[in-house]
Amino acid sequence: MSYAALAGEPIPGTYIFDGEAAMKGYALNKMCYSFNQAANREEFLQDEDAYCAKFGLTTEQRQAIKDRNVLACLRAGGNIYYLAKFTGIFHWNVQDVGAQQTGLTVDQFKAFIKSQA
Amino acid sequence: MAKIIGGLTTSHIPAIGGAVPQEDSLRGDPYWKSFFQGYDKARQWLHAQNPDVAVVIYNDHGLNFFLDKMPAFAIGAAPEYRNADEGWGIPTIPPFQGDPELSWHIINSVSAEDFDLTTCQEMLVDHGFTVPMSLFWKGNTYGNVKTIPVCINTVQHPLPSPQRCYRLGQAIGRAIASYPKDLKVVILGTGGMSHQLDGERAGFINKSFDQMCMEKIVDQPEELANISMHDLVKQAGAQGAEFILWLTMRGALQGKVKKIHSNYHVAISNTATGLLVLENTT
Repeated sequence: MSYAALAGEPIPGTYIFDGEAAMKGYALNKMCYSFNQAANREEFLQDEDAYCAKFGLTTEQRQAIKDRNVLACLRAGGNIYYLAKFTGIFHWNVQDVGAQQTGLTVDQFKAFIKSQA
Repeated sequence: MAKIIGGLTTSHIPAIGGAVPQEDSLRGDPYWKSFFQGYDKARQWLHAQNPDVAVVIYNDHGLNFFLDKMPAFAIGAAPEYRNADEGWGIPTIPPFQGDPELSWHIINSVSAEDFDLTTCQEMLVDHGFTVPMSLFWKGNTYGNVKTIPVCINTVQHPLPSPQRCYRLGQAIGRAIASYPKDLKVVILGTGGMSHQLDGERAGFINKSFDQMCMEKIVDQPEELANISMHDLVKQAGAQGAEFILWLTMRGALQGKVKKIHSNYHVAISNTATGLLVLENTT
């Protein structure tokens, strides 16, 4: 990941969505953006392979979507705001997504948030 | 002449959009109690001031704009704005009135100060805009308020710097002050405070940084405007960069600024929430 658009040291555990990521992730993010429409969410659920093929996902992106793996989606150029529309299909909220990325259970993740109060 | 009566800051967390219709019963729930109680004084102030127009500084999270075209600064110039399905279940709520004449006045005025805004005669507004409106106008009673959406890119870096956003706010403030109609205008700075949704650092919150920001934005906004985007992301989290929306609001308050009310809460969902009522007097 390049940090060209954000001069300074890399911030651990933080993916800066810059031009390089935006180019890399374009197909993936475009598919996720399409999930704003209920009909598209339904079409994805009916035939996931066909829907992903329609958007021309890379092998890396296809695998990340198949695995429902948010960190892998980020590494493949995904942006969290569009990915939220993908995880929304499975009714995962941002705390479910946070738990998955940090390797915590959802209860542990919620406790971690609260511990910073 | 139009007059800016003050600025409000508020969180726009999606979960609040789902909670707002059940506010009265959720006030009995320890998770929501302190958050909702904070809005009582803000609503009282707003009710007493009775503004004609709300300029809402917000960020689009992938409803109206996609990566095919990503403006740094965009402004609505439509007679009406609506929200829509965002993919994860936000309810659609009644439409918002626009004020195209004032929108174009702002566009022309800030352009003369070298801020070239993307102008939108059609624009869907997402939770970044609707949640604050539903919070301040309980029961979605915003029907008599005209709105001007000002959308700032927080999706794709490079994001506009804190300094540039603060200056845009100043230009918007001067634009409104030069509008010949007698209107009372309130500026909403939405989003924040510290939070990070993505990456291994997801769940990051920085209470001391947030509280410093809430303190300094009243009297020392220039100091906050000097923070670099890198530092802001590091201190406030990847999505805590939304603080640039607060700085834009603060820039628009050109008079004597007095803090009427504040409430800080950790956390709703993954996000620290900050509410401020700043009165602007000349």
